Amino acid sequence: MSAETTLQETPVKKRDGLFSKKNRKTLTDPLDDNNPITVQVLGVCSALAVTTQVKPAIIMAIGLTLVAAFANLIIALIKDSIPGRIRMIVQLIIVAFLVTIVDQVLKSFMFDVSKKLSVFVGLIITNCIVMGRLEAFAMAQRPWPSFLDGIGNGLGYGLILIIVSVFRELFGSGTLLGYVIVPGWAYTHGYVNNGLMMLPPAALFIIGVFIWWQRYRNKKLINVS
Amino acid sequence: MHSNLYTFLYAAAISLITAVVLAFAAEGLKPRQIANIELDNKTSILRAVLYDSEDRNEILSAYGSRIQELVIDAAGNEVPNVSATAINMRKEVAKPVEQRQLPLYIYTGIDEKPLYIIPLYGKGLWGPIWGYISLENDFNTVYGAYFSHKSETPGLGAEISEQPFQDQFRGKKIMASDQSFISVNVVKKSAKTPFGEEHRVDGISGGTITSDGTDAMLEKGIEPYLVYFNKLKAL
Repeated sequence: MSAETTLQETPVKKRDGLFSKKNRKTLTDPLDDNNPITVQVLGVCSALAVTTQVKPAIIMAIGLTLVAAFANLIIALIKDSIPGRIRMIVQLIIVAFLVTIVDQVLKSFMFDVSKKLSVFVGLIITNCIVMGRLEAFAMAQRPWPSFLDGIGNGLGYGLILIIVSVFRELFGSGTLLGYVIVPGWAYTHGYVNNGLMMLPPAALFIIGVFIWWQRYRNKKLINVS
Repeated sequence: MHSNLYTFLYAAAISLITAVVLAFAAEGLKPRQIANIELDNKTSILRAVLYDSEDRNEILSAYGSRIQELVIDAAGNEVPNVSATAINMRKEVAKPVEQRQLPLYIYTGIDEKPLYIIPLYGKGLWGPIWGYISLENDFNTVYGAYFSHKSETPGLGAEISEQPFQDQFRGKKIMASDQSFISVNVVKKSAKTPFGEEHRVDGISGGTITSDGTDAMLEKGIEPYLVYFNKLKAL
């Protein structure tokens, strides 16, 4: 580096580039090493509830990603002004505010989708991942990394949701995204859909097996959570 | 540490700001939402006669030209000057049968045969369920059915709003051969009922309470209309 540039650039603290290595790690960590469901063990309740079919799981993942990203961004922007004693209430107001906006916009412009997920959209407010990331990350970080953290965690959550829902829909109903996968002749030869797959415990089993496989593959995670 | 006054003011301010933004958003989007709900009701009514379209203009023109709205009372008389779409089904279902206002939609297809569409409203597991069932002009054979729900579990109770469940109703009969009312029962395949195959459809595994709710909704929802239908038959 030349002496000229060092003279011009004498900031107190060096800012990271938009997609610096650290920021990329913030974005991709939640997909595996720091997955919200299988490592942080957050948001398990909704992972059991909305994974009987693939389509609601995908839309829930998109909704949560948007809300987590923007809640993280807003909280990171105003974090210094939030009084410590009511910080969780303030976080909750921001989350509820965003979820209500998403709900209203869906109702106005994507009525069919909003009819399908009316309950789920509201449930995002109580999703532990959103609050968890606000407390653990956004309250102590700059806005941009916080935004990336929200997106990363939303995607990490969505990944698990989609994996679980693929298994549950395929073995529970014989379909994927509503399209019939298991052919009719299989049923006439005695194949039956697995009723357990339609019930919440099935998601717990699948997540359990996934955690097992993930730790077998990724030794870093052993004895971490 | 922030002072108490700051904390109070901060809480008030953030509540106020979010409330104002939400109020504007809700008010601004309301006309669109109301239009969407109206369109959705019309789409649902047309679905009950197997008219399936996603196109806004097609639905509105089909509804305008083919559907006749009507309100009758429990004695089978037409009630004038009441709009069928303005009737709140939730309130009507709570009243005793004699005091109810019963909306009825008559669809005239290309073949000029009228189909009678009855709106239904009942209870599922988590919240209300509703739908429309259409009868052919023998007032006995089911032509089609459409159901929807507020908050049933996807994959379980929510299956009532899916095509395969609704298709089961086609061609079922609501009256016994001696002209007494039976309705269409929503029961599991192995359940024993005194009525034949034409009076039952397969319920949803894992959605028993919603299936029972649909069953009750059909029975209680269709029966009040029989008086009016008998009048029409006598004509």
